Amino acid sequence: MKSLFNALNNKILVLDGAMGTMIQKYNLDEKDYRGERFKNFENPLKGNNDLLSITQPKIISEIHRKYLDAGADIIETNTFSSTSIAMADYKMEDLVYELNFESAKIAKKLTQEYTQKNKNKPRFVAGSIGPTNKTASISPNVNDPGYRAITFDELVISYSEQIKGLLEGGVDILLVETIFDTLNAKAALYAIDTYLEKNNLNIPIMVSGTITDQSGRTLSGQTVKAFLYSLSHLPLLSIGFNCALGAEQLIPYMKTLSENTSFYTSAHPNAGLPNAFGEYDQTPEEMSFQIKNYLDDNLVNIIGGCCGTNENHIKEIYELTKNYSPRKIKNV
Amino acid sequence: MSKRILTLSGLEPFELRSNLNFVNIGERTNVTGSRKFLKLIKENKYEEAVEIARDQVEGGAQILDVNMDEGMIDGKEAMIKYLNLIQAEPDIAKIPIMIDSSKWEIIEAGLKVTQGKCVVNSISLKEGEEIFINQAKKIKKFGAAVIVMAFDEKGQADTYKRRIDICKRSYEILTKNVSFNPEDIIFDPNIFPVATGIDDHKTYAVDFFKATKWIINNLPYVNVSGGVSNVSFSFRGNNKVREAMHSVFLYHAIKNGMKMGIVNPTMLEVYDEIPKKLLEYVEDVILNRKEDATERLLNFAETLSQSKNTSSLKKEEWRKDNLQNRITHSLVKGIDKYIIEDTEEARNKEKRALNVIEKFLMNGMNVVGDLFGEGKMFLPQVVKSARVMKKAVAHLIPFIESEKNSEKRSAGKILMATVKGDVHDIGKNIVGVVLGCNNFEIIDLGVMVPPEKIIDTAIKENVDIIGLSGLITPSLDEMVFLAKELEKRKLKFPVLIGGATTSKTHTAVKIEPEYSGCVIHVNDASKAVPVASNLLNTNKEKFKKEVKNEYEIVRENFLNKKNDKRFISLKNARNNKYKIDWKKTKTYKPKELGINIINIDDLNILKRYIDWTQFFRSWNLHGIYPAIFKNEINGKQAKQLFEDANIILDKIINENLFKAKGIFGLFPANSINDDDIELYTNEDRTDVLNRLITLRQQSKKRDGIPNIALSDFIAPKNSKIKDYIGLFCVSSGFGCDELCSVYEKNNDDYNSIMVKAIADRLAEAFAEYLHKLVRTKYWGYNKNEKTTNEDLIKEKYQGIRPAPGYPACPDHLEKKTIWKILNVEDKIGVKLTENFAMWPAASISGYYFSNIESKYFGLGKIDVDQVKDYAQRRNIDLNSAKKWLNPNINDI
Repeated sequence: MKSLFNALNNKILVLDGAMGTMIQKYNLDEKDYRGERFKNFENPLKGNNDLLSITQPKIISEIHRKYLDAGADIIETNTFSSTSIAMADYKMEDLVYELNFESAKIAKKLTQEYTQKNKNKPRFVAGSIGPTNKTASISPNVNDPGYRAITFDELVISYSEQIKGLLEGGVDILLVETIFDTLNAKAALYAIDTYLEKNNLNIPIMVSGTITDQSGRTLSGQTVKAFLYSLSHLPLLSIGFNCALGAEQLIPYMKTLSENTSFYTSAHPNAGLPNAFGEYDQTPEEMSFQIKNYLDDNLVNIIGGCCGTNENHIKEIYELTKNYSPRKIKNV
Repeated sequence: MSKRILTLSGLEPFELRSNLNFVNIGERTNVTGSRKFLKLIKENKYEEAVEIARDQVEGGAQILDVNMDEGMIDGKEAMIKYLNLIQAEPDIAKIPIMIDSSKWEIIEAGLKVTQGKCVVNSISLKEGEEIFINQAKKIKKFGAAVIVMAFDEKGQADTYKRRIDICKRSYEILTKNVSFNPEDIIFDPNIFPVATGIDDHKTYAVDFFKATKWIINNLPYVNVSGGVSNVSFSFRGNNKVREAMHSVFLYHAIKNGMKMGIVNPTMLEVYDEIPKKLLEYVEDVILNRKEDATERLLNFAETLSQSKNTSSLKKEEWRKDNLQNRITHSLVKGIDKYIIEDTEEARNKEKRALNVIEKFLMNGMNVVGDLFGEGKMFLPQVVKSARVMKKAVAHLIPFIESEKNSEKRSAGKILMATVKGDVHDIGKNIVGVVLGCNNFEIIDLGVMVPPEKIIDTAIKENVDIIGLSGLITPSLDEMVFLAKELEKRKLKFPVLIGGATTSKTHTAVKIEPEYSGCVIHVNDASKAVPVASNLLNTNKEKFKKEVKNEYEIVRENFLNKKNDKRFISLKNARNNKYKIDWKKTKTYKPKELGINIINIDDLNILKRYIDWTQFFRSWNLHGIYPAIFKNEINGKQAKQLFEDANIILDKIINENLFKAKGIFGLFPANSINDDDIELYTNEDRTDVLNRLITLRQQSKKRDGIPNIALSDFIAPKNSKIKDYIGLFCVSSGFGCDELCSVYEKNNDDYNSIMVKAIADRLAEAFAEYLHKLVRTKYWGYNKNEKTTNEDLIKEKYQGIRPAPGYPACPDHLEKKTIWKILNVEDKIGVKLTENFAMWPAASISGYYFSNIESKYFGLGKIDVDQVKDYAQRRNIDLNSAKKWLNPNINDI
């Protein structure tokens, strides 16, 4: 923990890039996803990327390794959807603890190895906590605006399970990310706070929201500042944005955030905006060219990539950050 | 100076900066303060109850106080329901919520449904420190601010001293024991009624002001608030006085440091506009300046005319605007209060109720769409607009129905669904509404619909069309998946694709190829009606074919653009060949093997086979024959051209000016080495006659889509299956040059071109005719074929006749082989130029494939490895090979 704060004071930390994009390159089929253990599982499992931490741990390790080699200081566990709510799609709710525990272990083993190799560049594991696939403050039914598909309490229970797995697996940081509905994130923070308090732990928390489009709002309708004010009640390590937009589109929102928070800031944008096929084709050079603006304007402390980024993007970003000193925390 | 200020949030931020004069807290959404609100909640009229919140926001409330503490209602349930409804109203949800209850479980329930940073109203030391601390800790965990009442174990503070003592004690516990952010603390030092006639009450207001001042000066970063309307309690029924009292009280409270308060903004007079006399009497009471202040105000109050609600209802200027603007305003703002009234007015103006939708409502929705596109509206607002739209349409439906009775029944049944994993359905709903308004019957399966459900319902309900919608990227894959499922189950429902991330390109490249049924991208509601109509009217097959062609072009264009990235090796392409199951498929031995010459003496035979649509196209007149004659733009011209052409055609036929000669041969054949076709002189296939060289598609295909070569349609030699192939050449151009030169001499270019165009058409007609003869007679694999001329043009028969130089086999060198095998030039006189063009120009040569699975395709671009391989097979050097295949080689 101390080394994390030291690092943050001395440099801009690099977060890794996309997991999904990297997994896609392996062209895995249903059989690969199932592995030996789930060969007879009742439901189709292809696409359940988080499951690969159990069925194809070597692949997940290999991807982490690529990012560590590229210079990432923080790698994210392969647990974006490892909640009972998201896993319900695959009928794998019972596996949630194991998914988180194993993913954390894989990542932790590698960061220890890399830190051992170069003690001047300590590496950290951030436990990735996704938004789930349900919204607590938007009705999925246009005719019944008062309806909710998920409640705060259900979210808290689901997140608590994930958090336990991540922490027992050894993560250094908890990262609540891709927040499209702030109420979901509030439930995650509630679960984290409760868990840490109960177990007398002190684990840094990163929070990262998602601005969905040019309206400059989250999916649940909040502006950047409203989002910031809704989630500033815990002593966060950092607050930032990821996904949905490319580095360029994110700049104005990062500016607003950076000017109004006393936390460290983070960004892990997509590799540009998707083309007509939902594919990302921004090159590492193009992306780092845009990210240079963040560094010139002193907007971030932690920077990485989301959808469409790979180890080359992260390498470019890492090389870029070397020339800059980190953003200083403001007393807002 | 510290900048530690109170910040809150709804959808938008709220900052209590020092330059803010006073923060209004809306209080009408409180069952203890508003009888009207209570009644609505009790009667379960939540929609109207939500309107009260909107009134508050429009009236200037910056925070909305919601209270459901009433014995007759389930406060917790009501709080959840109401806050959920408000969250769906962006105009209201933009401001922060104050969750107001004396019951902790209601407060907690409220906090659990609110994404913004709320204010809890309230907690106090009333039940002791332990409960106070626990509640404060919980509030902190939810990230809310809190109002702390000046209340302790002994009761409510009603003196200056009690007020400041309790507030000080509360502050210390909160900041020290709970680590509560002091800027998130708001004290309510109790506003009590004055002018009650009880002496002790006279100092209530003044003590409040003094306590406020002390709190602001001694407890860092906190704020002070209070329920203002309490102060005028004794003047209930006299709004004029009450409004003045509120104003005066606020004026002084603010001067002493109160920053916020619960007050009905519509029950507030502007301080400067209070009549002088009234102001004096009110201030006497509030500030306790005179012994008999209360009596004097009471007496004065009676002289005031009882004009109530003087300051309310000056809003809603927009109601005076014209009808369209009012409807647009309602849609943009998501206000449903007047929409029925306005819709009704519009209906009375229009002949048909449907026109109201098409004109007034769609105009309004277009504005919504534009604002959304520009990022000036955001999703929740658009949802709200859709609801207002729905309400208006619902009002119109009975009228539309009754109008319909005299017209016709449902135009068709359309199933609509947002695909699995996606919750976005505004676009889908709008499209549904518009289609519904156009007589289509809509079955809406809602959002997150699994593919099985979509397909099962489509079958069960026997729908005419399936409409799929999605906004997020993964939905694109869901749509592809659904198309595959439909294909797997051999279904033919036309599918409409819509939603923000969908695109025509994606539909053409990723979805359409997976499904032999019709798939159309419909990106806005206005397009949905014509597309759906076209899919269901009598010309639907033609429409579908046109769509298929159009998407094919979009797809090829896209793939060509991306070609450099999209090649697979020749080896892999061969592995991915078009696989015919040779054990199951039927091959046909021709009735007569060998070569035949067919000369047509009476060109009338060919006249019937002319494809006039192509003829018009050669003149740049686009349209289907004979419908083209009715075309408004070019119909007349087409008619004229047709008449002119027939004059010349009849002349050619009657005077026997052209000679039509044809030759074809049918041979035993097998494919070898994947891409070549070997022809044999004998049935035992021991003696090779010659070899045809075909080219294979090499662009990268998606799973299940083959890389085709023509050789795939002939059984491989190692299958031991006896297969056959045909070769042909026809020409109707003998005599064409002569006739042209006659016209050219007279500078009659028009007829010269006409002659050539006719010759071309006759050659095509001959090719079609000969193909038919071969199918039904000489090869005879389709003896009972009964095809109309139209079918022929549409190529609705078994087998193909691809020609070298055309998309499936662009290699002109193949003609050399055909010429050699059939001895074309000696037998019928058609020659090849050095570049392998045919003379006469009106000639066609090619192959006959008979397999039922054979089909036309475009080779597209090929990669260098195939060019090298081809050069070897053709036994020419690489440069010549490149020269001949150049247009098809991927240029890197």
